[in-house]
Amino acid sequence: MSGCEKAPGCDTGGSSRRSFMAGLIGAGVLSVAPGVTLYRFAEAKEAGGAVTSAVRWGMLIDTTKCETGCTDCITACNDEHGLTSKGRPRTDAQWIRKIDARDKKTGKQWSLPMMCQHCAEPPCVDVCPTGASFKRADGIVLVDKHICIGCRYCMMACPYKARSFIHEDLENQKSYSPRGKGVVEGCTLCVHRVDAGRRPACVDACRAAGHNAMMFGDINDPDSEISKRLSHFPATAIRADLGLDPGVRYQGI
Amino acid sequence: MIRGLPVLVVMTCLAGAAAADTWVPVPFIPKGKGEACVRDVAFMRTQHMELLVHQRDATVHRGVRPKDSRLPACLECHAVAGKAGKPVTYKDPKHFCRSCHDYASVKIDCFSCHNSVPDPSEVAHQ
Repeated sequence: MSGCEKAPGCDTGGSSRRSFMAGLIGAGVLSVAPGVTLYRFAEAKEAGGAVTSAVRWGMLIDTTKCETGCTDCITACNDEHGLTSKGRPRTDAQWIRKIDARDKKTGKQWSLPMMCQHCAEPPCVDVCPTGASFKRADGIVLVDKHICIGCRYCMMACPYKARSFIHEDLENQKSYSPRGKGVVEGCTLCVHRVDAGRRPACVDACRAAGHNAMMFGDINDPDSEISKRLSHFPATAIRADLGLDPGVRYQGI
Repeated sequence: MIRGLPVLVVMTCLAGAAAADTWVPVPFIPKGKGEACVRDVAFMRTQHMELLVHQRDATVHRGVRPKDSRLPACLECHAVAGKAGKPVTYKDPKHFCRSCHDYASVKIDCFSCHNSVPDPSEVAHQ
């Protein structure tokens, strides 16, 4: 189901498995007797430790608050990750797109941001031939650009058109968001911010603009604000029929 | 005898070169900031790439982000000032990584994605 068996961070058996286990920070190791070792895994990410599946990061987008024509989330994303236009809109990298939809019968209009939906069952991971496309333990779907060969199967497999291929040499990248020619990339849910205990740049920008249409949090934690809202109000997964269980949900569509 | 003379001359030159140490080209390695590197010099000379690869997997796949053994942290200390005091990029032969890699004929592609100079916006994320 996943491309995990090919990725270096995944538990694959053999010597890599041993080094992976030994390298896990946040896992308690207790030697009972010679040759007998017990591993105790920490529940959540400790400072400097590895991420765990105890949390699953998700986003809830309230489309009733998302303003038509507002592109603050896109601007924030571009600034944060240094996404600059090469003057060719068809091939420029785009991690968030603004979608405007209209019900032909009623005239009701929606505007919503569309980005990587961080699926629990990501098709991009299924099709990746090298294991570059992977899902982190905390649910964030990423591309390991060290392994990506630029085949773009993931771009074809993604029903949300969430990924971009980089066609040209780049310079002056952000140190926390390395990007380059010949590989595929997409929304990282601002993983560098999340690991530092902060919200993604788009969510911060939406709040700063006073719209509060985007909410970020741990959907595994029943006490988190996002979980409470998900349990009280109806929220939709786009293309729910595909059964991908996306981490990004929409309210009011 | 005449045919063998050039060979003799070349051999004499080689013997002379081996005796004089200065004849052997050595890379110029710019000194980094601070008192000590994250590991000792002997380790860094031979195994820095293992440290970087290990860190790359730990960070990308497991979200482990230590403060010191990260590529941006390497660049912070090992930035080489060029014209107008600005750090030189990997395109410049004076770049810290290139000073050795050029000498050893090692071509790396780290900097096709990673920034090769300290990133001022990095500070905002610490």
